[in-house]
Amino acid sequence: MSESGSKGQDYEASLAAADSKVAEFDDEQRGFVHRLQHFLHSNPSMVPLIVLVLSTIGFGLWIDWEPIQVRMGWAALEDVSNGRFRFFNSFTLTLILQQVAIVGVLALAQTLIILTAGIDLSVGAIAVLCSVIMGQFTFRYGIPPFVSVMIGLVFGTAIGAVSGWLVSRVKLPPFIVTLGMWQIVLAANYLYSANETIRSQDIEAQAPFLQLMGYKMKLGGATLTLGVVSMLVLALVLAYALRSTAWGRHVYAVGDDPEAAELAGVNVHRTLMSVYMLAGLICAFTAWVMIGRFGSVSPSATTGVIGNIQAITAVVIGGISLFGGRGSILGALFGALIVGVFELGLRMSGADPQWTFLLIGVLIIGAVAVDQWIRKVSV
Amino acid sequence: MERTPILQGKNLVKRYGKVTALDHCDFELYPGEILAVIGDNGAGKSTLIKAVSGAVVPDEGEVFLDGQRVDFNSPIDAREKGIETVYQTLAMSPALSIADNMFMGREIRKKGLMGKVFRQLDKAEMERLARDKLNDLGLMTIQNIRQAVETLSGGQRQGVAVARAAAFGSKVIILDEPTAALGVKESRKVLELIQDVKSRGIPIVLISHNMPHVFEIADRIHIHRLGKRLCVIDPKAFSMNDAVAFMTGAAEPPPETIPA
Repeated sequence: MSESGSKGQDYEASLAAADSKVAEFDDEQRGFVHRLQHFLHSNPSMVPLIVLVLSTIGFGLWIDWEPIQVRMGWAALEDVSNGRFRFFNSFTLTLILQQVAIVGVLALAQTLIILTAGIDLSVGAIAVLCSVIMGQFTFRYGIPPFVSVMIGLVFGTAIGAVSGWLVSRVKLPPFIVTLGMWQIVLAANYLYSANETIRSQDIEAQAPFLQLMGYKMKLGGATLTLGVVSMLVLALVLAYALRSTAWGRHVYAVGDDPEAAELAGVNVHRTLMSVYMLAGLICAFTAWVMIGRFGSVSPSATTGVIGNIQAITAVVIGGISLFGGRGSILGALFGALIVGVFELGLRMSGADPQWTFLLIGVLIIGAVAVDQWIRKVSV
Repeated sequence: MERTPILQGKNLVKRYGKVTALDHCDFELYPGEILAVIGDNGAGKSTLIKAVSGAVVPDEGEVFLDGQRVDFNSPIDAREKGIETVYQTLAMSPALSIADNMFMGREIRKKGLMGKVFRQLDKAEMERLARDKLNDLGLMTIQNIRQAVETLSGGQRQGVAVARAAAFGSKVIILDEPTAALGVKESRKVLELIQDVKSRGIPIVLISHNMPHVFEIADRIHIHRLGKRLCVIDPKAFSMNDAVAFMTGAAEPPPETIPA
């Protein structure tokens, strides 16, 4: 027995002659496709950025082909029906920013949840309910608009806290929690407001602070609203927090593998709670942006019903993985802008609006296919 | 010769419903040694290790670290006392970088305003330390410390997990099946790594089914059977066959191996 035992133990003897390289991180040159895959793996927001730039240029060439010909000297002004730039001008391009502001801010909230491998179907409904709270508290109870806005923000955060607690402590799936929350919040919104709209003129006359996010800054033809600026600033702040703080790394770790994160010393419960509460707060902030954009407060704003799908669309086109732990929040912003460019571009070129939905559908499936391909990156 | 165990469990009991996973079990790890824990599937090895590393709170019994009674309610408690565990699953986030993973849960912030007010991480410092720790262990020539853990091979991942434990484990390092998922060459590298950590004076608990590995590197072998410690043997005095016989109940261990 001992002989066979020692034979058995000798099985590694030949290792001395084996290649001693065990774990080497080589950077040998590989094909272009392989390097592209690696590049996209470490820079997940590049795909939507490229799509955004290309689609903007594409629509510009299509819509402004005549003025471009004139400008390049290929055609005389008299030969074309329109010599003015309609798409490639600062008014149109900043109009896209204004049109995506609501969905863009919602998409930032959605990104946080999706990074933790969750999903939030209630983002739009929370935004509408909070806008109703901000409006009704001001007009029904005579509370100063500033205080009403604060109450709205706190209320959104509280709804997020409830969802977060149900997900983190009661361990219900985020889809179910927020599906329920969507219905509850939307119904509460109609019940509380009695489906009553507060008119834009009334707000403008009595509580202009509620419309602050609609304040316009003009630079030549370019028009930026405070809502647009807030969206951009918020995206940059969140991108910084996710990339450069311990909290951000924990959000990614929790979305990647919660058990591993817990064992590695991350407080998973606290991280999830902070994410859901922050997302609730951002949804409530969207309410303020909505009042700025629409002027009025309407409980039947479409954001309550389709806001969640629009936000998820922006996030997915933005290259953020629905499985959690991957993607960059700037991608969600690019995703929202891509949708905005397609919507306005197709409308200006006179196409049937259904083309927008058709192409957005193609983009969604294409984005997830690219995401799957990038995830397959290997040594 | 009376030595104080660095990590000790006394009379540990853990029940899961009607199943008794730990049945008045004792456990001792002495300074500077590699103690292997072996036992059949279901003998309660994992529960024992979890009980001394904080992942499981025992129903009865006490745990001592350096002779001091300790009560761990979570692995984080144990970690703060200097006990690091490398789990079989490695507990790493695949999409994050090597440096991110090594410092998960104990990130270093920048000094001054950026760190205090904006809570900015000192990525350069963490990357430098991570690289140092990997080089210290002669582990591998890493060129890109920022690369995602999912792009590493199994052996490289195991190496990073061991390096993380070695970097922060000041008292005890516990390794749960570190070679189970590895090929022959990669296992060899991890065993060398374990020897290396031992030579720094940090005692190691090694849970493994791989008898050749256990007999090669362990100073003592704790044989676990039916929820308790059956005996502790010296790998030089017994053969693998003996160990397997004791472990499975095919033979009775000699009385001198059974600690009082």
